Amino acid sequence: MAHPLRGAVAVVGIGLTPFGELPGRSHLEIMGEAIHNALADAGLKKDQVDGMFGSNFADPLGAILYPEYFGLKNIKVMDSTNIGGSSFNNAMQEAAAALHLGLCDVALIAYGSNARTNTRRGGGPGFGRSFDAPYRPRQPINSYALAAARHMHQYGTTKEQLAQVAVSARQWAQKNPRAFMRDPLTVEDVLKARMVVDPFGVRDCCLVTDGGAAMVVVRADRAKDFPNAPVYMLGVGAATTHNDISQMPDLTVTAVAQAAPRAYAMAGITPKDVDVIEVYDAFTINTILFLEDFGFCKKGEGGPFVAAGNIAPGGKHPLNTNGGGLSCVHPGMYGMFIMVEAVEQLRGVAGDRQVPGAEIALCNGNGGYLSSQITLVFGTQATL
Amino acid sequence: MASERAANFQGPGPDAVWFENVKNGKFRLQRCNHCGKAFFYPRPLCVHCGSADWAWVDASGKGTVYSTSVVRQRPEDGPDYNIALIDLAEGPRMMSRVTGIPAPEVKIGMAVEAYIAPLDKDPLVLFKPAGRA
Ligand SMILES: [Zn+2]
Repeated sequence: MAHPLRGAVAVVGIGLTPFGELPGRSHLEIMGEAIHNALADAGLKKDQVDGMFGSNFADPLGAILYPEYFGLKNIKVMDSTNIGGSSFNNAMQEAAAALHLGLCDVALIAYGSNARTNTRRGGGPGFGRSFDAPYRPRQPINSYALAAARHMHQYGTTKEQLAQVAVSARQWAQKNPRAFMRDPLTVEDVLKARMVVDPFGVRDCCLVTDGGAAMVVVRADRAKDFPNAPVYMLGVGAATTHNDISQMPDLTVTAVAQAAPRAYAMAGITPKDVDVIEVYDAFTINTILFLEDFGFCKKGEGGPFVAAGNIAPGGKHPLNTNGGGLSCVHPGMYGMFIMVEAVEQLRGVAGDRQVPGAEIALCNGNGGYLSSQITLVFGTQATL
Repeated sequence: MASERAANFQGPGPDAVWFENVKNGKFRLQRCNHCGKAFFYPRPLCVHCGSADWAWVDASGKGTVYSTSVVRQRPEDGPDYNIALIDLAEGPRMMSRVTGIPAPEVKIGMAVEAYIAPLDKDPLVLFKPAGRA
């Protein structure tokens, strides 16, 4: 029997802000622009929203700040769980459950950040109690660099293969007018870039930009009452292996290996059914680890898999079609943006970067230091 | 419900004891009396089996580099330095630095041994290649 959440809810509104530099604007103001656009896209007014989901390192009690700040007077479900950049993907699971059970009828998931232009910015996010922090790792880069070093040692993954992830992302970004970095980028350029934390140079690392994104989610029974084609959640799986990187059992295997099979089982799909992939590519190693843990290739073969051009435009497995966190947008927590890109692809409105006939999108949000992983499967009406 | 509080729930907790030990130059780990496994970082319950019945034991100080990285700095911020994950002979893994050799020369699989010294102001468990003075 199909899982009760398969196809139970649909995204009926999406909103983005410009990406890059939005000087003089606070993260909440940027969030507001995204919310405005998402509600307009869905044809809804703010007081129809009764479920508020959002998270930000700046807002420890976000789930009560946002309703106050945006004047949402009818909130019945509120959640600002922070599990890092995957918080919004996790919120999709929580919102689906709450909608399905009738705890709310219109869920809003939203994020805004001025990570690039905020001149009052302090250090990076602290992730709480840590026995790693006193050694002064440069986080979050350092945790991912340790994972890359281990993968290279264990499987012979090369810096050139890592670089190919960044190059593929850039090739997609060149097709996306919203992307922040669109200049040509070669493997050579990536290898010659300034070293940050070995084995990563600066082009192995995601951008730091401003930007916001929001989504409106409703139950499937009313999903066709909105202006745009609904995009259904077919499956979701969540898992966590650690908080600090020193506590990750195996730095070459992420919690996606647990989360993805759950999402596939709920959706009733296998990787073969996937038309387009959107993952949280905070660093080049992420994409390789996730492709392996998704099951697109065997463990250890992610390097050759990306080097063969599979994920670039024209490849068999289009991935991060907006340009990803590496070249499109990354304002500290990228999880919102992968879902919005999946929705645009499944609506068929992604312009030059559209994957023709895309019906099923696979997403993975990553949070912390490879710590939390949320896999989502989205589909069009035809996949129900 | 158990009527007696386990001994390990009384007095200074594992965090306080850990920091006191390191301050006194002692590298000690918790070992579970129930499942026999050691754990780090300090916790009130065995991370393997959940037992509250554990004891502090001296660490051998022997370890192996599980992964390694080099933090690059602008010259004005100081020299580049190593950040590594060390698999301790007793089983737990910890973040630390391998010192005494240039950061890029620290290799995965390298045998290392622990020492305690201040990094900024507080003493920390650090590592150097095994067999070096
Ligand atoms: Zn135990």
